[in-house]
Amino acid sequence: MAQLVTKEDVSRLHKVFLEDMYSIPGGEKLKLCQQCGACSGSCPTSYLMDYTPREIIASLRAGMLDKVVHSNTMWMCSSCYLCTVRCPAGIKLTDMMYELKRLAIKYGLTDGSKNPTMTKIFVDNVDTYGRNWEVGLIGKFSLRHPSVPFKFMSMGLKLIAKGRLPLRPKSIKGRDELAAVTSFLDSKEAVQ
Amino acid sequence: MKYSYYPGCSAEATAVAYDVSTRAVCDRLGVELVELPDWNCCGSTSYFSVRELRSFGISARNLAIAQELGDMDLVTTCNSCYTVLAKTNRYMADNAELKADIVEALNRAGRHYDGNVNVRHLVDVLVNDVGYDAVKAKVTKPLAGLKVAPYYGCQLSRPIGTFDDPEFPMTLDRLVETVGATPVDYPCKSKCCGGMMMLTKEEAALRLCFELLKTASDREADVIITACPLCEMNVEAYQPMVNKQYGTHFRIPVMYFTQLLGLALGISAKDLALDKQVVPVDKVLSAVPA
Repeated sequence: MAQLVTKEDVSRLHKVFLEDMYSIPGGEKLKLCQQCGACSGSCPTSYLMDYTPREIIASLRAGMLDKVVHSNTMWMCSSCYLCTVRCPAGIKLTDMMYELKRLAIKYGLTDGSKNPTMTKIFVDNVDTYGRNWEVGLIGKFSLRHPSVPFKFMSMGLKLIAKGRLPLRPKSIKGRDELAAVTSFLDSKEAVQ
Repeated sequence: MKYSYYPGCSAEATAVAYDVSTRAVCDRLGVELVELPDWNCCGSTSYFSVRELRSFGISARNLAIAQELGDMDLVTTCNSCYTVLAKTNRYMADNAELKADIVEALNRAGRHYDGNVNVRHLVDVLVNDVGYDAVKAKVTKPLAGLKVAPYYGCQLSRPIGTFDDPEFPMTLDRLVETVGATPVDYPCKSKCCGGMMMLTKEEAALRLCFELLKTASDREADVIITACPLCEMNVEAYQPMVNKQYGTHFRIPVMYFTQLLGLALGISAKDLALDKQVVPVDKVLSAVPA
């Protein structure tokens, strides 16, 4: 896995990251950021972030990639899209956070926080069954983060009693179709 | 009025009552729903945010199935499904290369999709296709005196925002008036509940839910209605955890907007699966005329 240790690492990966950010749909609008801070001021979770969304854009453009990728910012995005609809430059900030998550996972730069683990289990769940299975998701997640079951136990039991948390997964018939779709798109991703 | 219907994964689990009440209300209002056969998870935010290209592909399989059913709009009740499915369409339309990749991926799975299925949220269908007047005409049990906090959540009108304002939506407010109840002025109406952060950063998500509950309580709402399964789950089922974190005593009923609408249309609490709510809804039921 890539480790951002040397200046050379940073400068090499920085080019990749920035080009990647510009390449997502509407990504070139990143160049139009005027640092007004509407994104950071709108964000319901910016108080948790090492760097606010405005600072992330500034850092990206200034070549300070190590700050960006080692920050918790993208993992604290709740995906509410308020920044995206408010940005006067039309920057799709939520999509930008998604791209940073993808790049951080791709280059092995995640810090063992809970969010990357959860998303990986979610993806595996959907790839396996074709649908999300909440009990399976929480169960596998709990194995990695043992404090989780204690916190959520009482609520989980209530939901099970109400028939709102099926204990068995429901699989779709077209799992082969899904596999065909994803494996083809994986090959496309690899080429990019 | 006939639509293809995408229930989404929550409809089989935490939000089973949303599915039940949606079918009951649509039946009463003459809206025919044809469930997509063998639909799969749309990918939701969690899949979408880390595997974008794959996510567009699995999302588009549902759109291909909808296309096979014929010329109907696709209706969904979940804000996240709505955003992901609609976003797949929009990105396919904006990016020819992406569209070609998705079309080819679907071909490998024996499916075909042109990119033309119109994705709608149930709120949009009920207020714009059925219409407030037609809903009002079918109200047999007006919920007079009931104060309702309409909670839209994030992804109903963001980022796409086709049928309501991205920051200050009004459709649910007007629907509440249509059934004879009173919408409270709810400034949190499109604020975030924390979504999936409830699992990964629960103290932050609980803080957001606290603000939603506190404001509803300050505005003396009898009930909060939602149009999203995850919002409903976070705001209702996590109230004990909010209370623990903040030393509060919230016990505010939360229900899907379809359950409130159904009560006014004369559908029984049982047929709206109101027994599935974790916080008792007695106060709401007592507002229903005998």
